[in-house]
Amino acid sequence: MATLDEEIREGVDRETVETVRAMGGAYKYGWDTDIEMEYAPKGVNPDIVRLISSKNDEPEWMTEWRLSAFERWQQMEEPDWAMVNYPEIDFQNQYYYARPKSMETKPKSLDEVDPKLLATYEKLGIPLKEQMILAGIEGAEDAPAEGRKVAVDAVFDSVSVGTTFQAELKKAGVIFCSISEAIKEHPELVKKYLGSVVPASDNFYATLNSAVFSDGSFVYVPPGVRCPMELSTYFRINAENTGQFERTLIIADKGSYVSYLEGCTAPQRDTAQLHAAVVEIIIEEDAEVKYSTVQNWFPGDENGKGGIYNFVTKRADCRGDRAKVMWTQVETGSAVTWKYPSCILRGNESQGEFYSIAIANNMQQADTGTKMIHLGKDTKSRIVSKGISAGKAQNTYRGQVTMHPKAKNGRNYTQCDSLLIGDQCGAHTVPYIEVRNNSARVEHEATTSKVDDDQLFYCRQRGMDEEEAVALVVNGFCKEVLQALPMEFAMEAQQLVAISLEGSVG
Amino acid sequence: MGIARAQLKQLKQDALAQRQPVLSMPEGGEWISAARKDAAARLDGMGLPTRRDEYWKYTRPDALTSAEPVAASMDGAAHSPVFDGIEQLKIVFVDGVFNADASDDLALEGVEISRLADAAAADIHWAKDIYGVLETRGQTPVERPLATLNTAYANDGLVIRATGTAAKPIHVMYERTSETSDVILHHVVKVEEGASVTLLETGAAGARGNTVTEVSVADKAAFHHVRSQGRDHNRQLLTHMFAQLGEESTFKSFTLTPQGVMTRNECILELTGDDAIAHVAGALMADGKDVHQDDTIFITHDAVNCESRQVFKKVLSNGATGVFQGKILVKQGAQKTDGYQISQSLLLDEDSQFLAKPELEIYADDVACSHGSTSGAIDDDALYYLRARGVPKRKAQDLLVLAFLAEAVDEIEAEDLREAILTRIRIWLDLEDDL
Repeated sequence: MATLDEEIREGVDRETVETVRAMGGAYKYGWDTDIEMEYAPKGVNPDIVRLISSKNDEPEWMTEWRLSAFERWQQMEEPDWAMVNYPEIDFQNQYYYARPKSMETKPKSLDEVDPKLLATYEKLGIPLKEQMILAGIEGAEDAPAEGRKVAVDAVFDSVSVGTTFQAELKKAGVIFCSISEAIKEHPELVKKYLGSVVPASDNFYATLNSAVFSDGSFVYVPPGVRCPMELSTYFRINAENTGQFERTLIIADKGSYVSYLEGCTAPQRDTAQLHAAVVEIIIEEDAEVKYSTVQNWFPGDENGKGGIYNFVTKRADCRGDRAKVMWTQVETGSAVTWKYPSCILRGNESQGEFYSIAIANNMQQADTGTKMIHLGKDTKSRIVSKGISAGKAQNTYRGQVTMHPKAKNGRNYTQCDSLLIGDQCGAHTVPYIEVRNNSARVEHEATTSKVDDDQLFYCRQRGMDEEEAVALVVNGFCKEVLQALPMEFAMEAQQLVAISLEGSVG
Repeated sequence: MGIARAQLKQLKQDALAQRQPVLSMPEGGEWISAARKDAAARLDGMGLPTRRDEYWKYTRPDALTSAEPVAASMDGAAHSPVFDGIEQLKIVFVDGVFNADASDDLALEGVEISRLADAAAADIHWAKDIYGVLETRGQTPVERPLATLNTAYANDGLVIRATGTAAKPIHVMYERTSETSDVILHHVVKVEEGASVTLLETGAAGARGNTVTEVSVADKAAFHHVRSQGRDHNRQLLTHMFAQLGEESTFKSFTLTPQGVMTRNECILELTGDDAIAHVAGALMADGKDVHQDDTIFITHDAVNCESRQVFKKVLSNGATGVFQGKILVKQGAQKTDGYQISQSLLLDEDSQFLAKPELEIYADDVACSHGSTSGAIDDDALYYLRARGVPKRKAQDLLVLAFLAEAVDEIEAEDLREAILTRIRIWLDLEDDL
């Protein structure tokens, strides 16, 4: 990179070079925020669970719910079936709760939020304050609805820092707040839905999350409402040796629609950090939810030092007829990814879609995919998964498609493609296909190949260097998934694809 | 919900504890005693599979691990004439016991054939390098304890060494006269450099059968295998085929499973020589609520420029269950691998089911690997087309079933064997008179 200036050739746009340089090298979000933090003691036990619950001012039923999850968790074993290897995690050598001191009394509005925190999000490209002000200026109802407005819930370590556009959303009847707030303000909704899609006993990490989740986002879209803007949560891990356990609950009532975005980053640290989240989505009759993630946790360095262990349970339950859900994920970060956003297609004619790009470079390991459980009649699902492996990374697609006996005329189409860059990495496909009725039709295709030499040659002939050429070919490979992303995300994802693969060629 | 690992281990030991007491290790010469004792020790460490095993997710091993076999009525156990028109060397086992009278002389140009029971009596034998050796190699990364049990306790089988081109196929016919025969047979096949041999098998080894075949295919050698498993409804059958392939060698295996409450066919291939070719195919005709069939394939590419191909077709009716677990593992350095796998099922009614786990595990970048799996009912358009041309509904359906299965049968290289299998399918579908 140092000699880049000298290497700029004639005809090459200076700006392009600057952009590439800006994006260049290592992880872009690896800095940390120097802020005074308050920690719960290290480790996890019933007292810590109670402490987290009391920090959030929770009612008794919530504390009990957590404690019974914790009890259950102690009986469970860490799953070992995924194709990932990592040193044993010492669950007692972590902080389960970390919050900026300045958040001790919850700010009533973003004006009261510690400027350091706001600056953190601004640096991450999420100017919370600015958005608020903008909202104030153009808050008038006649503002064009298709604008770039995105409401953000910003989560910093264990707490939600603030949520933008709440007032405007309220006008539409949409509730968008942190889950800790929802437990206090809307206990009837939380009680009804929390754990109804991912039960507290679901799996090792989800059960741990149920016991110790500290914050996260809550969305309720009332019947017939099309959410006036995209909602988003931005997760930032900052503190060292701290696990982040967030819980997201999204409820789309009858005939409603919401598009939800999730982003995440963490500082560059030598020790691995744990992230175990649970996302539950309930979709009632005729409602639709789009959930898009760009996962860019710190992936560890090229020798596999540090990085986030990302163990996530995400599940959507299409409860009503004609309910629709679409998961789109771009997984570029994390040292270890263990994540299977799933769809339960309970309602007749309900639909589930899963679009995924998983990129693993250097020492990264990703084991990710989806489950499509067809229970209702005439249910449809579609899976498009693109896995890219480079460096010494291992990338696994693991999925399940089940057609229950009652899922008459169920349809599934699955396409899993893997691309290998270099001869030190691995790409794996582990699908489970269970067809229990004959009117269901299931098609599964998977391919594994390397970057096509002819395509590379073509690009290089047109003056691209090898890395650019690979990035272009890979973007083409991912096209179907990138197209499913909301626009701003698609741009970011395209750049991420290029960045994540940097250094993998040659 | 998963099961605690310690608990699973205990269940496996419990399963072994119930099976082992009724087994006894046969006497034998030094080489085989060592192999059997080694297997017994390995088995002690593994235990036997239980229904909670991931590798037995879709097939309950209970019938294969119980102390005594479930009695199997003799219905349909009659000798299958599938290869009757083929020139062959016939070797007959009745309830697992070699029948010299019914068998041809064990003499064939280009091949040395003997019984395992005879080879085992010697203190030293060439089979030492294969017996239990390929089976052991096949235990990683997935354990197959029932094959290890076979190595420890099998008292007979065939030991075949092809040194040239075998003059005709060797046909192993399994017959049974007992409803409770519990048979363990172990075959060893060595195909020397440049040699070739064809092995045919018909029937089920016993009321309950556990067979292991270990095949070493040397450079430029060829091994062909075609079998039609017992049509007797109640027999329980487990087969393992372990093969290792040398440079430019060929391995082709085809299995027709016509019926049976329990069939599991495992095929574990290792391509260790460059430019080797391995094809495994299977056709299933399963009819009946209690019919359960499972093909479990594991192909390891550990050499350059090899080709592997898996083609499995399953027709399931009246509540039958078809299982396919197929894996292609391409090791680091196994560049230019061409791996292909297709598993398809045709579900003829609402109650039948198809359960599949087609896997790829790839550590080399310059490869072309793909797998496909489909499941569905008979194509209405195709059915309509035939019916519009005056073909009665039942026959139209049978013709479509035949066409579907034929895609797997086509994988058989020898035309006469291919035709023999197709003819048998036609007869079983009641189509033969019209064709």
